Amino acid sequence: MSDVVEKTLTALPSLLSLDSQPGAGKLSSTSKLGQFIRNITELTSKHEEEKLIKKELAVIKDQVSSPYTTMRQMRELMVRSMYCEMLGYEASFAYIHAIKLAQQGTVLEKRAGYLAVSLFLNENHELLLLLVNTVLKDLQSTNIIEVCMALTVVSQIFPKDMIPAVLPLVEEKLSHPKEIIRRKAVLALYKFYLIAPNQVQHIHGKFRKALCDKDPGVMTSSLHIYLQMIQESPDSYKDLVGSFVTILRQVVGGKLPLDFNYHSIPAPWLQMQLLRILSLLGREDQSTSETMYDVLNESLRRAEMNHNITYAILYECVKAIYTIHPKAELLEKAAKCIGNFVLSPKINLKYLGLKALTYVVQHDASLALQHQMTIIECLDHSDLLIKRETLELLFRITNAQNVTVIVERILSFLRLCNDDYTIIDLVGKVAELAEKYAPDNEWFIQTMTVVFSLGGDLMPPDIPSSFLRLLAEGSQSEVDDRQLKVYAVNSYLSVLNDDCSHLPQRFLQVISWVLGEYSYLREGLDQEEVILLLKKLLDQRGVSAETRSWVLSALTKLCRGSGRAELALAVAESLSSTLDTVLRQQGHELRHLIQDGSLHARVLPQPAPANSLEVDSSLSFLDGFVSDALAAGAAPYKPPHQRQEELGQQRAPTLEPYALSLPMSLSSCTVTDRQSPSVLSMSSGLSANSTEPSQRAGVATLMLEGVKRVWGKEGYLPQRDTSETPATVEEPSDVVQSSHQQVVIDISQPEPEPEPPQLDKKQQLASSLFVGLGSQNSACLLGKTEATVPRFRRKPHLNDASSSGTSERSSDSSHSSHSTADSFLYGGLLEEEPATPIQSSRHAPQPIAASGSCEARQHGLTVNGVDENRGGAVVCAKEEKRAHPTQLIESDMVRVRPNALAEGAVVPPQNCSRHLPSTSSCGSDSEVLKLPFELQNLPHSDIISLISDSHLCISCCRVFREDALLIVLFLSNSTEMVLCDVALELSCEELQMGSLRGNVMESMAGRTSSVCHYTVFMERPHTHVPFTGTVSYQTQPGHKHTLHFSGKLTTADFIRPLVLSTEEYGKLWLSFSHDVKQNLRLLTDAGDPLIATLNVLKDCLQLHIVDIIGSEGIVACRLLDGAPCLMHCRVHGASLAVWLRSSLSSFPDCLLYHCQRALQEH
Amino acid sequence: MIKAILIFNNHGKPRLSKFYEHYNEDIEQQIIRETFHLVSKRDENVCNFLEGGLLIGGSDNKLIYRHYATLYFVFCVDSAESELGILDLIQVFVETLDKCFENVCELDLIFHVDKVHHILAEMVMGGMVLETNMNEIITQVDAQVKMERSEAGIAGAPARAVSAVKNMNLPEMPKNINIGDISIKVNLLLQRL
Repeated sequence: MSDVVEKTLTALPSLLSLDSQPGAGKLSSTSKLGQFIRNITELTSKHEEEKLIKKELAVIKDQVSSPYTTMRQMRELMVRSMYCEMLGYEASFAYIHAIKLAQQGTVLEKRAGYLAVSLFLNENHELLLLLVNTVLKDLQSTNIIEVCMALTVVSQIFPKDMIPAVLPLVEEKLSHPKEIIRRKAVLALYKFYLIAPNQVQHIHGKFRKALCDKDPGVMTSSLHIYLQMIQESPDSYKDLVGSFVTILRQVVGGKLPLDFNYHSIPAPWLQMQLLRILSLLGREDQSTSETMYDVLNESLRRAEMNHNITYAILYECVKAIYTIHPKAELLEKAAKCIGNFVLSPKINLKYLGLKALTYVVQHDASLALQHQMTIIECLDHSDLLIKRETLELLFRITNAQNVTVIVERILSFLRLCNDDYTIIDLVGKVAELAEKYAPDNEWFIQTMTVVFSLGGDLMPPDIPSSFLRLLAEGSQSEVDDRQLKVYAVNSYLSVLNDDCSHLPQRFLQVISWVLGEYSYLREGLDQEEVILLLKKLLDQRGVSAETRSWVLSALTKLCRGSGRAELALAVAESLSSTLDTVLRQQGHELRHLIQDGSLHARVLPQPAPANSLEVDSSLSFLDGFVSDALAAGAAPYKPPHQRQEELGQQRAPTLEPYALSLPMSLSSCTVTDRQSPSVLSMSSGLSANSTEPSQRAGVATLMLEGVKRVWGKEGYLPQRDTSETPATVEEPSDVVQSSHQQVVIDISQPEPEPEPPQLDKKQQLASSLFVGLGSQNSACLLGKTEATVPRFRRKPHLNDASSSGTSERSSDSSHSSHSTADSFLYGGLLEEEPATPIQSSRHAPQPIAASGSCEARQHGLTVNGVDENRGGAVVCAKEEKRAHPTQLIESDMVRVRPNALAEGAVVPPQNCSRHLPSTSSCGSDSEVLKLPFELQNLPHSDIISLISDSHLCISCCRVFREDALLIVLFLSNSTEMVLCDVALELSCEELQMGSLRGNVMESMAGRTSSVCHYTVFMERPHTHVPFTGTVSYQTQPGHKHTLHFSGKLTTADFIRPLVLSTEEYGKLWLSFSHDVKQNLRLLTDAGDPLIATLNVLKDCLQLHIVDIIGSEGIVACRLLDGAPCLMHCRVHGASLAVWLRSSLSSFPDCLLYHCQRALQEH
Repeated sequence: MIKAILIFNNHGKPRLSKFYEHYNEDIEQQIIRETFHLVSKRDENVCNFLEGGLLIGGSDNKLIYRHYATLYFVFCVDSAESELGILDLIQVFVETLDKCFENVCELDLIFHVDKVHHILAEMVMGGMVLETNMNEIITQVDAQVKMERSEAGIAGAPARAVSAVKNMNLPEMPKNINIGDISIKVNLLLQRL
């Protein structure tokens, strides 16, 4: 008996407790959920399910609104509605009850309530407002679980405008004694950072503290934030490299407690995260990279265990090694690793190996050669994904020799593929390859035919339009062009002669355009035949109205001549009664043109004049018309940005053959992301820095100009300035030669041994696929950069200046294709450190201080490096602050308005900073430069030099007019020469510009300067607004120079004081709806802290202090003469609690951001 | 970042869906259907990854999945996540479920959707990996369970009774326990088995 009792008793807990028990617990017939689910699983048809769930939802709805439902029952009801929602049935009536449950229930019910809320609601849902108070209450709770729940829900669904409400509490949780709370708080803050970076600006210091947390878990969470921030600006976090390296070394060395091991590997996820961060920091930065070589080597070595997760670490390691500044020894190891991946029998590893190869071939194509047989095998792999990745790899190594084989492979894959995404992606790639490397016209047209018919209407419109433009603009050789066009006509005629009912609309459009334009080129072709074919197309069912109109325009071009006119007339007649107005209109036009031969000849001259059209871009001939129209009350011209939306839809394929005088730079400089399937451009992401069309001077030799060669066999090649590249072309350096030889050896190695015949085939394929990767092209190991001359080189535009001007322009365009960041990097690598006072304050040497407060170190992880660095950073931040004012005083520039924000506001590009110390010509210029008399009395910033070259120096000054910001640009000629045709252009997407003056000058005498104004308005606040501009001028006729400059404006430039009385303030306060609350730092260094702080804000941001009463102050400002923003401040302990209100939603945020910065910089 | 976590069975019935980015409800359903369509037609001996394609907006996304008996576990992540890392994360998730439910099966997921969500919340928070250590996750979940029991009056009563009973002397016990009731429960359990 006692045995039985004992057994029963041991079984008891698991029987009675409802939660720690397997599924059976709620299967009892009394459980409604159980019953419901059982019913659902018994159903067979979708229809029945729908019926049942509708019924169930009705029952739930009934019960939740009943006042007698207990919280416990409510919880069950929530689970049931969650289940319905998961199946895709809406249970919106339950949302409010979920919130109620989270509000009122005990922990158990609260948890269900929060869960339901996070599943039901999204950040835009209006009910979310009701949750704020509950969350606030729970964040303050002493119960850890409640705090955790609140943090989870906050990070899941809180929108931007609700963050300020909870931010102080979440921030507070960073120093909570429990690590799980700290960890969740860090992640919640990360989420806030993603949504609204401005609002968490002030807690960056606390992120550092989280990074040094004694609990490795908290540190791990903080890495999410750092990864994100480093991605955005790697340069700001270089000081942390040491810490990350130290952490990684300790993790790899097994210093973490055993809890963090996963299959006896220490914290693998943490390792991966750190490797990712390091690779971001080490990219293109030699000194930083050097600090991490050791630890990378160590992780490579340690990760040699045979477990899935070690491969994950290895993969990240390899990627890091190939991203940072290269080191031969590591590269070798990494290459071996990739080899192991690719050769692995495990399919996941093989896939990753291919991905790594794809990444690596950009740097070193010979690696692909080593694995060519494996790649061939993967081409026939049963897994589609592997196949696709292999094709991607092949795409990267395509060159003129293997293009036919590779394109054929891709096309045969495409024929079997039915996934839309893959089709779009690959079709774009084939089109790109075909245009770049086509061996002959015939092949090109055939390939494009296949592309058009396979790509169908999914195809992005760029592909056909780019193709047609290529046909129209042609290449250099007339004969070639003609041949290409004739071939196109021939092949499309044969396409139309076959059954063409299945062809995609886009293809039909291309066909009709080509036939209309070029069918006359083919000798012996009866144009009547063409018209008949087109007519057939017009009558075909399933042809869309758009295509019909294309066909009609083709007909219009062809209709001259006796027999043809009748045919066309018949078509026009048949359209006269159609319902489609566009077609009817076109039919009408067609009839008119047929009847009036001379008009037709004028409108559509037979050999379409490709480039000879003269376009008066200023449209001066319309001036009279415009003034007449305006006088008659017509609406004035709207600037492009206002019209953009309206135009957006019509833009699709604008293939007007006569609109070719688009500046060539527009069409050829589209440097786009290669990933995007929608863009077919001449230049892939890889060749982004490569030659532009007009750089064809050295076609016969290697096209190395402008190709950024970063990698060679030996590793990193020193970067050359673009100006030096011509030298490289003439005498290939040793680096190139030696890499050449090495690769030759490489290819001879791989497969010497005899293989069975089946393999021979593969060998053949291999040799055709990998041809060109070896000797001939090895001078350029960058995979498929411009080693060969693309067949279809677009013509430089005839309207452009003379040939010498073209070469000048090309260096500019290659310059412009670097992003500004890039050019900064260039500058940093090539030249001495930028040396303007502003820059140097940012690059101040950072002293390493002894670690300040010693954190307790637990879990055996010593975070020495981190702490040390943190101390260093703090000290250095202080130093910077101290250094700042002195530097400002030192600068001898005009200063009317204190310019605390200037350093972020205008970024001097590298050219001028190079210029400054040596000749100090700009400095002396700025003494000469004076604002025009009428502006001198307005508040303005100092004059900052923007950019300069050997002839011209551009400086900029911001003048703060009451209703606008004036950007005053000074152009000063620093030579004795006369500069002609000086034209200045300034653009900024987010702002409205008006009333410009003096931006074009016929000539500019030596040693003179000129001033031009731009009035800039800001309607919606943006924290930072970049602007860009160009100045072009000619030293002698034909020698055109262009200077690009850019800068940044901030909202602070647009803030003006708003003067009003306290009563007016009170009235206005109540009328605004958008508000933000936050705590600011209070300046305590001098006098009354409130007054001191407000004065600083007033000085920096031009705020108007309305009133100060005791510990409260009210401040007002507005955006130019537009929307006001009111600020209410109250001293709250050691901080200043501010409450901002405005009629514009984003204004308070922006202002707050600038207040924070102003105080920080003070 | 993890964009979504989906669990469905071999027939495509969703068993859990958690989205860390907001999508329209219809689109969510479509994503589940499409994901199932993609994943289910893959053989056992191909790799566990899929390129996202048009699915969850943008080519950046990847699907990483594992197939256990009757269930597919699919994580949809962006390009910043490591494929193999996520693959092991799924393993951790499943092992944790297995520990929490003792031999987890599809039924457990159906009847305890809420609990699965709670476990998941301890692993992934707002799309970021929070914890990868199984024991740590279980500790957190257990802490909640304990808290519930002590707080929830009625629900906690039997558990408290049991512990009280356990502490008593054996001879006295039968008086306090309603044996009849227990036998019913045992029968139910047996039926399931």
